[in-house]
Amino acid sequence: MAEIAESGGGGKKGGKKGKKLSTRIDLTPMVDLGFLLITFFIFTTTMSKPKTMEINMPSEEKTDKPNEVKDYTAMTVLLSKEHRVYYYLGMANDPMNPPDVKVTYFQAKNGIRDAIIDLKKSVYAERNNGAAGHKADDEPVILIKADTTSQYDDLVNILDEMQVNGINIYALVDISEVDREFIKLTEQANTGN
Amino acid sequence: MTAMCDVAFLLLTFFMLATKFKPDEPVVVRTPSSISDILMPENAILLTVDPQGKVYFDYDNKKAKRMLIETVSKEKQLNLTEAQMQAFVNGASFGLPFNQMKAYLDIPPMEQKQFAFTGIPIDTSYVAETNELGYWVQAARFAGQEEGHAPRICIKCDAATAYPKVKDVIKTLTKNKIDRFNLLTSLEAIPEGTAAWDESRKTN
Repeated sequence: MAEIAESGGGGKKGGKKGKKLSTRIDLTPMVDLGFLLITFFIFTTTMSKPKTMEINMPSEEKTDKPNEVKDYTAMTVLLSKEHRVYYYLGMANDPMNPPDVKVTYFQAKNGIRDAIIDLKKSVYAERNNGAAGHKADDEPVILIKADTTSQYDDLVNILDEMQVNGINIYALVDISEVDREFIKLTEQANTGN
Repeated sequence: MTAMCDVAFLLLTFFMLATKFKPDEPVVVRTPSSISDILMPENAILLTVDPQGKVYFDYDNKKAKRMLIETVSKEKQLNLTEAQMQAFVNGASFGLPFNQMKAYLDIPPMEQKQFAFTGIPIDTSYVAETNELGYWVQAARFAGQEEGHAPRICIKCDAATAYPKVKDVIKTLTKNKIDRFNLLTSLEAIPEGTAAWDESRKTN
């Protein structure tokens, strides 16, 4: 490879051979280049793929029988501006009896997480009490309704809370005017105090 | 010296073979964090949504992307040249209406980065004929099936994007009968003492 042509051929015949030249070449620049390329590839490479969260949306197609959510298992979470979270228990189907809407934030203590844990506990405690319509395999159901003032961040956070708290039944649904009214009323009540 | 040289070149070979270049991003998107650790699927259709709600499209499979652009060029009568199609396949995420596509693809790759995208239009009808994003997604899924895989759709959205913009993208997907998709998130630790934390301790 790195042969160095010896002078000769037309040289002195039978005489002493020329001084043997060293066949070693300086490898330092090559190694430098090697390391430079390594650094380049280390920096440009993407070893780890990005992480994702899977989401299943309720189907748009109308089914024959709508999902019946039992009142005592249900909780509705409303996402609003400034990362505020409003929530209430039950389906709020009765206009004469509006639900008790509470406001909280995404936080480790006394946030929405504790509310979800409480719901889970109460559903697990009540499903075996033999009351009408209560079944032993009832699971907590959470309806997520994001208002137009919320951000994508809030959506991912609440979906993450479902995973953190092991809630298997939840749905992302459109917010209704009634729910907007709930947010407004709660806001008014809070500023009034 | 020789030993070090050997190691250096061994590493070099490894990185050259193992590397997959980071795709060029048209915008910087800061994804929200979650505890979910599902890896991004192969051959994914990537919809990037920037903080202003502009939507960009990319397809992580060169062969299917090529088939896609051929279909799009034919169906939307864009009459793209061979070079323009190749520019689309090799290019990064793309966010323009169909009528501006031809002009954009003529720009040399180095100058494409400075190009100000307006985003793929989404209208409220959510049907593939007028909602360009819906058309892109449907056409891409079709191209993926032709190529031999079922592409999954990933949404990479900035944490500060307003919800209505995200909702438009999600609605576009659900109206096209895509109910299952992935949201790109960055990993965060599981909070102690929660149900997910107990679960992860059980499995480990």
